[in-house]
Amino acid sequence: MTTTTPDRLVDLDEVLTRYEPVIGLETHVELGTVSKMFCGCSTTFGAEPNTQTCPVCLGLPGSLPVANAAAVEHTIRIGLALGCRIASWSRFARKNYFYPDIPKGFQTSQYDEPLCTAGHLDVEVDGETYRVEIERVHLEEDTGKNLHVGGATGRIHGADHSLVDFNRAGIPLVEIVTRPIPGTGAKAPEVARAYVTELREIVQALGASDVRMEQGSLRCDVNTSLAPTGSLEWGTRTETKNVNSLRSVERAVRYEMRRQAAVLDAGGRVLQETRHFHEDTGSTSPGRSKEEATDYRYFPEPDLVPLAPDAEEVEKLAAGLPELPAARRVRLQEEWGLSATEMAWLVNADALGLVTDTVAAGASPAEARKWWLGELARRANDAGVELGDLAVTPRQVAELTALVADGTINDQLARQTLDGVLAGEGDPRQVVEARGLAVMGESDELVAAVEAAIAGAPDVVEKVRGGKVAALGALVGAVMKTTRGKADAATVRRMLEERVVGS
Amino acid sequence: MSTPSANEALGRDEIAHLARLSRLALTEEELDRFAGQLGAVLDAVAQVGKADVGDVAPTTHAVPLTNVLRADVATPSLPRDVVLAAAPAAEDDRFRVPRILGEE
Repeated sequence: MTTTTPDRLVDLDEVLTRYEPVIGLETHVELGTVSKMFCGCSTTFGAEPNTQTCPVCLGLPGSLPVANAAAVEHTIRIGLALGCRIASWSRFARKNYFYPDIPKGFQTSQYDEPLCTAGHLDVEVDGETYRVEIERVHLEEDTGKNLHVGGATGRIHGADHSLVDFNRAGIPLVEIVTRPIPGTGAKAPEVARAYVTELREIVQALGASDVRMEQGSLRCDVNTSLAPTGSLEWGTRTETKNVNSLRSVERAVRYEMRRQAAVLDAGGRVLQETRHFHEDTGSTSPGRSKEEATDYRYFPEPDLVPLAPDAEEVEKLAAGLPELPAARRVRLQEEWGLSATEMAWLVNADALGLVTDTVAAGASPAEARKWWLGELARRANDAGVELGDLAVTPRQVAELTALVADGTINDQLARQTLDGVLAGEGDPRQVVEARGLAVMGESDELVAAVEAAIAGAPDVVEKVRGGKVAALGALVGAVMKTTRGKADAATVRRMLEERVVGS
Repeated sequence: MSTPSANEALGRDEIAHLARLSRLALTEEELDRFAGQLGAVLDAVAQVGKADVGDVAPTTHAVPLTNVLRADVATPSLPRDVVLAAAPAAEDDRFRVPRILGEE
């Protein structure tokens, strides 16, 4: 007998001294179509329960499905973006299993004749490129949503009954399956995460889905196995289901590596099983047993005729693909004159899109990067939110840099302006006006401040006149202080020099 | 699960397995009876195997149609009260179902 949840996990460094991981990912993407896969029901997220259903998606007797043309097209475009071969003949199949969220008693999916096969996606981790082979991309339908009642909220354990909402049942779902990915060693968790990140960006660039992991429109199943180093055979894999954030993808692989190593070290064997991921602890626990899960009795769907994508149409779709994220990064890196490291920082900070939009709104690439990676990143971090969730738009950041560039405000005032923008006081120009943040010209107020600084520090004036010009800095500082940063330092210095040294 | 061929009797274990997948509670006596009956049915169907299909491509659809698609347009759904009226039980605007089988 073997334990699936050992008392102790093996440290990751130690795991790698004895074992080699192989990972694999199955990613489900809910397509952003207006209507469902096989019926005209709306797909709007967050609608009242069971208000978007009809005889087809409820699986009522006598109803017949018709495939959504846009969903087929999105799937082919995803396949093309992943360098897949697009099938000239493809069919739907019934995947039979019993579960209340699947009203027909089967999921309409694809089996041995998927729309797309044999692609790849290159991902980069710490400057190294890993090629992930794509086994297949196929089209299917989503299930309904179960709410388990009784026991712990929303969890199946201890529940005494379940409530089902079929709004999601029948929403087109694309499944992207990788081949097993060997040779990633210690980088396995990061490669898994980088793959899902890149895939998400591609799907987003294609406009095929909003790919919001927190809303479940992109979900991952993560396969992990370990084999003794140097072994010619791969180990038994586990499949961790419904891993729903990029961070969790990485954590799930790491946890399974550490757990499986402990099982193997103890002389046990890893069970081939599905496991649930727990966001709170970052751990996994056993799920449905295998024989329940795999006896799907697939057969060709008799109610849907085959798909036979026309070669010319596929070519047209290929020609119409947008610039993909990898190509875009290469182009921007060159246009902005960045090093590979600088580009990696932007990407890792999730700031590439924001900086691109800020540049498009008129800022220089250098200024846009400086604000997003500096001041704004710091504020997002302090507030514990994602950079993109800050209450400031790329257009507003561009306006801020323009105000600095034309001398209306300096960097310090720009930070105060940003306070106002983030507090919802309007665009930078409005905030500058409302808060009176513009740099002071050579006004009476500034002249008075300069003269007060000179009068207040005769010793400094003595030093400067005695040849220690650097001492003037103390006077500049004093003026900036009395004007609360609103004066322009260069103007202040010039005014001080005129009065202390003489022009 | 492998599909039994005509010359391979449908085992009692397989009937039990199929019954479980189909959520049918069969008695021991029924298992024996259905194993025999289904075996006879399979033998009858197996006669199809005698047809010469050497130059016939595998056919899943008798109609010569492909690419029957609909435009991505939303159409009205059923009213919720109508939908839930057909359910054996409803609660909180959702279908109420017994505890999911086979899960802890």
